[in-house]
Amino acid sequence: MKRAARFVIFYAALFGLWAVLAKLKIWPPYLFPTPWGVAESLYAGFQDHTYWIAIRVSMQRVLIGYGISVVLGMILGLGVASNKFLEDTMGGLLVSLQSLPSICWWPLALLWFGLNQNAILFVVIMGSLLSVTLAMEDGRKQMPKIFGQAGRNLGAKGFKLFWYVLLPASLPFIVSGLKQGWAFAWRSLITAEMLYLSLGLGQVLMMGRDLNDMSAVIAVMILIIAIGYVVDGIVFKGMERHLQYKWGLAPGN
Amino acid sequence: MSTNVQQFPSQFPIPVDPRFSSRPQGSAGRAISVIRPGATGTAKVSLRDICLSYRTQSGERLLALDHINLQVQPGEFLCVVGPSGCGKSTLLHLIAGLHQQTSGQILLDGNTVHGPGTDRILIFQEHGLFPWLTVRENVEFGMKMKGIAKAEREEKTRYYLRLVHLAKFENSYIHQLSGGMRQRVAIARALATEPDVLLMDEPFAALDAQTRDLLHDELERIWSDTGRTIIFVTHNVREAIRLGDRVVLLTFRPGRVKSEFPVDLPRPRHLEDPAVAGAARAILDELREEINRSLEAEYNEGIKPHVETPMEQAGRGVKQI
Repeated sequence: MKRAARFVIFYAALFGLWAVLAKLKIWPPYLFPTPWGVAESLYAGFQDHTYWIAIRVSMQRVLIGYGISVVLGMILGLGVASNKFLEDTMGGLLVSLQSLPSICWWPLALLWFGLNQNAILFVVIMGSLLSVTLAMEDGRKQMPKIFGQAGRNLGAKGFKLFWYVLLPASLPFIVSGLKQGWAFAWRSLITAEMLYLSLGLGQVLMMGRDLNDMSAVIAVMILIIAIGYVVDGIVFKGMERHLQYKWGLAPGN
Repeated sequence: MSTNVQQFPSQFPIPVDPRFSSRPQGSAGRAISVIRPGATGTAKVSLRDICLSYRTQSGERLLALDHINLQVQPGEFLCVVGPSGCGKSTLLHLIAGLHQQTSGQILLDGNTVHGPGTDRILIFQEHGLFPWLTVRENVEFGMKMKGIAKAEREEKTRYYLRLVHLAKFENSYIHQLSGGMRQRVAIARALATEPDVLLMDEPFAALDAQTRDLLHDELERIWSDTGRTIIFVTHNVREAIRLGDRVVLLTFRPGRVKSEFPVDLPRPRHLEDPAVAGAARAILDELREEINRSLEAEYNEGIKPHVETPMEQAGRGVKQI
């Protein structure tokens, strides 16, 4: 109850401050849009299906890109964690590559894949792959070895050992990495979409800029934040709670 | 949780079970006999000149096991005791096929063992149950890996959970169980794959005395009901006498078979029986020499008496979750 009250008070105050500042007209509305202007933009955007289409296109891309990252990252991470040679060589490279913003791949992606969706997917994958790989590598190392031994002892080997033992055993250790990978994928996607006319939320945002419609820009920003928050709050929090319950770890809140 | 533990008939002498009539009956009292390789062809498990050396973290080579020769008869309950660092846990890991010996041969029913197999199931000191699965799913796991049909799996799981008195807890997760219950799940999970040989690595060492007493009774009952061959590693000599048909004492590093003690006391035995204490005494005298050697090693060479093997390090990791 208290938590909900704090939540309501904080956001009411935030919007109140915004409304007051807008009402005072210190800055012209095209520089500092009003809350009701943004609300109107949101309503209009959903009304004419622009936002629905943009959300669908963006979600589709991020799911494909992130999905590829998760599969590739798990394979790579597992390889690096279980092979001394790979760990010594690839390990350092992966860590250093993580400091590179994924949008730096954009020029190359354009040349390699052309001006199309694949270039965007490439940037999304480069954005999230490293997080997943490093998380998986770390998770595999942190995972108590007794699970692998018990699994082999009970007759699991090869893919079955990975799928039924190593993967579930390392999940609590990689879930934060998966979450981080998702955040990077989402950010990379929006950035890439802003650079290229391609439907999607990033492009709708840039359209607002081109039309000098700051209400629309903020409306799309709110959408981007909301989707990121919902996925984080529902998918990943739910996953974390589920794992904590099963493993008997301390509850999340 | 389990006040309904089945009681053993306590009359003496115990009725002779024809299943175990092939067990070697040694003479009463102490006897030392190191069985040479190839002595019998009927052994369930046969270790021939097993040696294991490995590199420690400081880079030196350490001989952990030195020409171990052992024969375990079908249906025998063999206990292995020794000081910390004698390699007794390592020996079980080798038999389980989780690690490879440096030299020597491990035979099961006369066939050389290559890698892990569900005919030999290891029960770890830290149980090694899967926390992401329920009790029932844990017990089913080995059967699932074997590709046994769901209906049969469920039926067997129910049977083995009843055997360890945990039927009511089939939908619990591992962290919701007490230490004793976890070990019973581990025993059920091992039995459910229907192994010929159960390998038990100090399974009750982390439990309180009352729970351990209960589990001794249950294990003895399960053993006599199922006729499995059991190799049981412990550092507790009385526990070894309480459970074993035969007790093998290993020396401090490198691990060698120092002596063997047939235990001819009638079952069921109890930890507090004077006869158990008396038999333990003889073994303890020899064990003390080994413990002294491990202490000497600590003083003279500045090494700790217990250097962890890779397997022990792995097992310890469980606590870090």
